[in-house]
This record gives sequence, C-alpha cells and structure tokens, in this order.
Amino acid sequence: MKLIILDHYSQASEWAAKYIRNRIIQFNPGPDKYFTLGLPTGSTPLGSYKKLIEYYKNGDLSFKYVKTFNMDEYVGLPRDHPESYHSFMWNNFFKHIDIHPENTHILDGNAADLQAECNAFEEKIKAAGGIELFVGGIGPDGHIAFNEPGSSLVSRTRVKTLAMDTILANARFFDGDLAKVPTMALTVGVGTVMDAREVMILITGAHKAFALYKAIEEGVNHMWTVSAFQQHPCTVFVCDEDATLELKVKTVKYFKGLMLVHNKLVDPLYSMKEIEKSQSSKKPYSD
Amino acid sequence: MRGGQGAERAAVLQFTNCRILRGGTLLREDLWVRGGRVLDPEKLFFEERRVADEQRDCGGCILAPGFIDVQMNGGFGVDFSRATEDVGSGVALVAQRILSHGVTSFCPTLVTSPPEVYHKVLPQIPVKSGGPHGAGVLGVHLEGPFISPEKRGAHPKAHIRSFEVNAFHDLLATYGPLDNVRIVTLAPELGRSHEVIQALTAQDICVSLGHSVAHLQAAEEAVQSGATFITHLFNAMLPFHHRDPGIVGLLTSDRLPQGRCIFYGMIADGIHTNPAALRIAHRAHPQGLVLITDAVPALGLGNGHHTLGQMEVEVDGLMACIAGTKTLCGSIAPMDVCVRHFFQATGCSVEAALEAASLHPAQLLGLEKSKGTLDFGADADFVVLDDALHVWATYISGELVWQAEEARP
Repeated sequence: MKLIILDHYSQASEWAAKYIRNRIIQFNPGPDKYFTLGLPTGSTPLGSYKKLIEYYKNGDLSFKYVKTFNMDEYVGLPRDHPESYHSFMWNNFFKHIDIHPENTHILDGNAADLQAECNAFEEKIKAAGGIELFVGGIGPDGHIAFNEPGSSLVSRTRVKTLAMDTILANARFFDGDLAKVPTMALTVGVGTVMDAREVMILITGAHKAFALYKAIEEGVNHMWTVSAFQQHPCTVFVCDEDATLELKVKTVKYFKGLMLVHNKLVDPLYSMKEIEKSQSSKKPYSD
Repeated sequence: MRGGQGAERAAVLQFTNCRILRGGTLLREDLWVRGGRVLDPEKLFFEERRVADEQRDCGGCILAPGFIDVQMNGGFGVDFSRATEDVGSGVALVAQRILSHGVTSFCPTLVTSPPEVYHKVLPQIPVKSGGPHGAGVLGVHLEGPFISPEKRGAHPKAHIRSFEVNAFHDLLATYGPLDNVRIVTLAPELGRSHEVIQALTAQDICVSLGHSVAHLQAAEEAVQSGATFITHLFNAMLPFHHRDPGIVGLLTSDRLPQGRCIFYGMIADGIHTNPAALRIAHRAHPQGLVLITDAVPALGLGNGHHTLGQMEVEVDGLMACIAGTKTLCGSIAPMDVCVRHFFQATGCSVEAALEAASLHPAQLLGLEKSKGTLDFGADADFVVLDDALHVWATYISGELVWQAEEARP
C-alpha cells in the first residue's frame, strides 16, 4: 500500500489528477486498447476532476480512448435530477472533456429490473477487460461506493439500502427534507473494486481522519469497508494533512519520508502532446 | 426546420468557447442546437449517446437570445404605415436589414391612420418566421387611432378616434380582421376602453397604454381589465406628478392584479429619454423594462437630407429632425445601439441589458418558452456579441443569417 500525504486538499487533488494522467498516457490507449477507469462522485474528487479537465483543455490529455465506470447511483431519482450521479458526472466532468458517451457507464437507478441492471454492469466491466484504475472516495464511516458498514467484502454490484448516517448526511442536498432523500442505491461491490488492477482512494479533511485510521492502521473489517484494500496488491491512498490526524506519528513520518520516492510517480508528468511529437518525429525512420 | 419529425436525425451543432445568457446569468457553457432549437446536451449524451456533428468556436463571445423589437414604424426608407400595393417587400427589406443589429423578430408598427390604410396594409403583413431572408414578424403593433388628441405626438389629428357605442365593433370596423395583430396601443381614458381591452386580451392581443392623458387610477383600471404594456414610457403621457403619477405610476403601483408584471417600452437612444429618467424607471421596475427602437423610416439612411413621404428630414448621427428645424421626428437608433446606451446609462449588468431586449419583450408577448431565452427547447435565435455588446453575428433557428465583415472567413 502507498499512502500519499500532501499539505492541503488542492495539492492532494492535483497529485491524484497527475497520477491518473500519467497512468492513462503510459498505458498508451488507442482504438483497440481502451484505458478503463472507475470513477467516484461526491465533493472529494471535485478538485481532481477540475485538474483533469484543465489537462484536457491544454491538450495534455485526451479521454478519446478511455472507458469509464461509475461506482454508484441512487435508485428512483430521475436521471436529470440535479443530485443524480448522472448529473454530477455530466456537469463536473463529461461535458468538459472529449469522452464519447458510448464509453461512459453509470448504473441506471430507474431500471425496471435493478438486479439485472447490476449484473449487466458487471458484464460490461468484464467485456471492457476489467478496470485498470478504480478511483474512489470514502464516507466518514469508511464506506467505499455505497458499501455501507457491514457490507460483504466480497460483494458484487447490487442494490443497497443506505445507512441512516448516509441518508442524514445527504439530506442537505435535498432541501433538508429526509422524505426526499433516496433510501436505496445501486453500487459496485467491494469485490468489484478489488478486481481492479489498481485502486486509488482519495481521503481529505479532518472529518475523514478516523476512517483513514480504520482503513490502514486497524485490521480488515467489514464495518469499515475501505479496510478491505489492505489486501489489494496495488492500492494508493491520497490524503491531506487533516485526514492524518488520527494516525500514529510513526505512520505519518514513515510515509512522508517516502514522498521523495512516491513523487516520482507524478514527476516527470507526461503529456500527450509530447507523445504525438515523439511519434511523428520517429516516423521518417520507421517508414 | 424546427422540431417535428426527423429532428432527431438533424445535425447537432455545438457552439463552444462562449458565454451564454441563461437564467439571468452569463454561463461558461456551450450552446447546443439541433433542428433549429436549443438542445439539452446532457440528454443527448446519456439518452442518445451522441456527440456534436459540428463544433463552432465563438472566440470567447457572448451568446444572447436574439433581440425582439415590439415597436418599429419603419426604417431604411420604408414606412410601414404607407398604404402601397407592395407593403410586403418593404417589411421584407427592413426585416433583412435589422439582422445586423441583432434583431431576430419584431412587430411592424402602424401609427394612427384612416381605416382604409389598415384594411389595405394589415392583410399584407402576415406573421412570418425568421430566417436568412430576415427577422421574423411576430404580428403588427397598432399604435392608435384610439388615442388622446392632446398626447398624439406625431400622429395625425384628423384620424384620431374615440370608441362609439359597440366599441369593439367600432374597433373591428376600423382595423378590419385582427389576425395579424399582436399589440394595440390605446388611451385608457377613452370611454368604453375597458370592454375593448377585455375583448382584445381575450383574443390574446396585448393591450398597451400610451398617447394618453390618463391619471393613475384610470391606468390601474385598464391593467385590471387586462392591459400589460406601456408604450414608450414618459413620451406622450402626463408627466410624473407626485400627487398623480399618471401612467408612470404603474411601475410602482400596488393595485395591480396579484402576480402581474407590467411591462413598459423604453426608447433608450439617449435622445428621447433623458438618462436620469431612464435610470429612475429601471431602478423602480427593472423586470418590466422592454427596449424598443420606435424607429422611423429614416433609420439606417445615414447622415444628410432625406425625403420621407411628404416630410423633409435632416439626419445627424442619432438625431432625425424635420429639415431646417430642431423638431425631433422619431428615433433612428437601431436596437444594438439602444442596448449599449441602456447598459452604459443605467450601469446595469450585461445580463440585464440583454434581457431588456430579449426576455422581457418575449414575456410581454407570452413567447418566453420559445423566444427571448436560450433554455432547452427554445428557438435557437441568438446574437453573438463582444464584451462591449457589439453584434458580431446573428442566428435564427440555429442558422447563421448575418455576420460582421471582420468576422467573415
């Protein structure tokens, strides 16, 4: 496991965005080789989405050959509701970049047969060759996607009833009216995310500090579903100083000491402009 | 083509790198158009899984709903009130020329005339969609002849009328069929005006108060009967008096029907309304302000001496005077000039200035679902403007209908 500690939210967001950028570019995606990316919603990843959009606008990154799979969606909320995860993804990411709509996948919370929708989602991931990099955030109770405390750590995509804590926390997005908050969601399972070749979890803010502590310093526990990633071969946690408040000084010092090494993952920062240039300059010789 | 069958197969146009006026704010958003209407790109993305067929870079410009001029007597030498055999070609000429000023639809306006003129002219000005041929005609604005002789302004006294018994009948006899009529300006103090206002509004014709000596109470009663508009506020009405504010008092009246917004036309050319008066009206009731040109045939003719009908006119800049005198004979400031002057004189936001020439007139005519807005589903009639509000291009139904020299490829 890697733990990346940056001073502030904005730096953590940028580090994560750079990492995603480098991973996509190094993968060298093309028409026969799509990069598959798992994506979260919520306030934590917003800063990273902004950076990725910036990279796209500057011509450093393209999503033309990227397929995305979102973690979750509410059940019964109209697709065009401003709080739906479809709306979130459209407004905060998709409409700003060059991704083709055919290559984006978000669970349909209004499907007639919800379980069939979930099974089909798993099939689509499989058909796309599995997920290369799954990016996620967590709740203060340590839930990843909508895998609330107590969820099976080998769960697959399914319908999930939300915990009271989550419903209460979400009420602020629905005029503070509990009756309007969806009580169910479709979500990828912990097992679904575990199958990704690589997982990146963003954790920022003091209110997530206890969850980060549970995630990495205590044992694997289905009451803190994010702790399952201790057993994933390739997980990177990206956090800010505030999120480390509950960690041991020893843990923080160890990983901060490693930053010199870990920063090599985002430095040098690759650009598709250079790739194009190097490919076109190679051409005279290869022809 | 607008909507209808086959719309889903029509090409999707995406205007990028622009700020669009939507919901009262300039948003850094792209404007998506298909089949002549503004498209919801999120729906296109998630439901049809389609991308744009063509992208057009707007170079950072503002995209605002096309301007709507609800009072225009003529321009470019054309007088809509002249009863000729070929009124249509005159209207078409004006419709074509005002595209360069960002106007995408308008109401040709007839001043007080004898019945024969209405009978001859009105059937020749049908409601017509806009396009490359010119701005759309939303219907005729009939200004008079049921107005006050004292406040007639430039209207000929001989043809001014009052309502007789069977007032609406009388009106129909004067105008002839009302099919092509969208707005009627009348003086509410005329006897039996209330039955006329009720009858007109029942036919969805907008009633405007003007050329009138009405006191506030009479004006309020007219609004209660259905009137929704004030013709060129301050001009041709009693001046504001604090014990009887007259028609001007409607802007802050508390005796209007619940939820009713009264609209008022403003000639913001810097000549017909003093900037201070413009600011008073705007600050008192910003939501009702409708920019109008009230343009006369001398509009667009350029400086110098012109013969218009029986009248000799001297044009100097934005002033049109009867030759050899200092008597103003109408406004010759085009709509985009009015928008810029209004913006500078009132210090209002860009959004407010643009809405006064688009959203407000559309609301006045009950067209706010399709015109005066860039909401999804609305007609894709819009202007491309720079930050100084100069027009660079005009689009009707998503089609480029005019472009500034400098912008042409």
